[in-house]
Amino acid sequence: MVAPRVAEVEAAAGQHIRAGALEAAPHLVAVVDHEAEVARAVGTVGLRHLGEHEELVTHVEERHARHPAAQLELEQPPVEVEGPLEVGDLEHHVVDPDQARHRSSIGFAAMEPAIELDGLERRYGERVALAGISVTVPAGATLAVLGGNGAGKTTLLRVLAGLLRPHGGSARVLGAELPRERWKLPGKVGYLGHEPLLYRELSGRENLGYHARLHGVAPERVDHMLRAVSMDTRADDPVRDLSKGMIQRLAAARALLHDPPLLLLDEPRAGLDPGAAEQLEPLIGRESGRTRVLVSHDLDWALSEADLSLGLRDGRPAPAGRELYR
Amino acid sequence: MIGAARAILRKDVQIELRTKESVPAMTLFTLTVYVLFHFGLDRDTLAGALASGVLWVTLLLAAVIGVSRLFAAEREQGGVDGLLLAPVDRTALFVAKAAALFLFLCAVELVAVPAFTLLLLGPGLGAAFPELLAILALGNLGIAALGALVAAIAAETRARELIVPLLLLPLLVPLLIACAQATEPLLRQDGGPEDLARWLGLLTLYDVVFVLLSVAVFDFLLED
Repeated sequence: MVAPRVAEVEAAAGQHIRAGALEAAPHLVAVVDHEAEVARAVGTVGLRHLGEHEELVTHVEERHARHPAAQLELEQPPVEVEGPLEVGDLEHHVVDPDQARHRSSIGFAAMEPAIELDGLERRYGERVALAGISVTVPAGATLAVLGGNGAGKTTLLRVLAGLLRPHGGSARVLGAELPRERWKLPGKVGYLGHEPLLYRELSGRENLGYHARLHGVAPERVDHMLRAVSMDTRADDPVRDLSKGMIQRLAAARALLHDPPLLLLDEPRAGLDPGAAEQLEPLIGRESGRTRVLVSHDLDWALSEADLSLGLRDGRPAPAGRELYR
Repeated sequence: MIGAARAILRKDVQIELRTKESVPAMTLFTLTVYVLFHFGLDRDTLAGALASGVLWVTLLLAAVIGVSRLFAAEREQGGVDGLLLAPVDRTALFVAKAAALFLFLCAVELVAVPAFTLLLLGPGLGAAFPELLAILALGNLGIAALGALVAAIAAETRARELIVPLLLLPLLVPLLIACAQATEPLLRQDGGPEDLARWLGLLTLYDVVFVLLSVAVFDFLLED
């Protein structure tokens, strides 16, 4: 049984609201990421018990923190939930129901989806690259896409980014029906793929400056992102003179420059040393509070990061696990 | 759209200034062809229709090199993806690429036209220089508009080195006729503008048609 608590919180642009605010404030806040205690949206929240764990239940209307001086207020009546949700209610997307983190993803079940795929298909000529892909990713959740080489992971990311047209089924990303409403997506997606999307002859600063102009982002943000990825001291070196790890850090800065609500990450730790990977964690990791689709061959790491998982074999859904690589 | 086009153009010029791939290659090609004509025709000077033809055919062939390289950075370094992920009107890419090619052609002609005058031209340009500048500007605009379109088409194909000349040169025939005919009287001994307005009008019409056509279809070329 849920005992709804509500809180009213004012959020400045980019501000995160801690779940602790619930205790003091008398109105409503939605907690998207239970573990990181980050609030990014409006909704109803209640506490309920699930075994030994206390679970935050949320009913969310998306309200991205990027909105200037977003007023978070009660827009929905408190949600009454009869008893604990069963893990089975979450379909087959829960990675490991025994892990507390993944049990917390139960809270996502009531949230506004950021990605909804239903029977998605994509072909290259006669070759079927993706078929029958159905998954729903709530806002703020992380989906790990797993599979061997050529399974269709990168194709899926490119479809979600609006770079490839789906050929069948339905795909809805951040409220944009693809491909019909693809025009709504640019500027909302941060794409970190195999290619860094950086020009080798230009410096890191010039590359980010170029992308900042394309996205209409203030030039100061370039310096901020260079510092955030610790590339400010090599910012004026041509990209061709940088190591793979440095280029990957710049690529992450490029993907985050416009503060996108959705991150599509294809092997984001490729080429990074442990220190650099740790440094990027607040930007592209769970702490970022963004919706993420994560592709990695590091199965353990991907599953530890994920709320949901999707296995792919030959472009078709398959149980997520090590058998995908056999 | 203008801001994005300016950003793309600035980036293209920066890359060209650092790599020195397109303009030096186009210039060297042009100079080499003029030297070949100088010796191949076994004549010290050319004038009239022959001079005009040599000038323009050489410039158009040099343009093929520039068009082939126009999307090289985008193709090889994922620049098109970067553009498609940004909230930018795709027309900005066409405008920027056409503007870059226009600038590259102007840079080539800064060297090529004086070299042509020195190596091949008998009468000298003299008072006809302003008219030649107008013809070059309109010719470059047409090449740039069509070149950006063809470069975008070729960028998505495997045989792009073949596609560019096979598509570009036939479509440039009307422009070649207009440019050569407009230039021919300027390169005669008794030269003076003859029917210049008519040929400039045709060039302008060609430019308008290909700019409009390119703007209309460019969006679809970037679809997968």
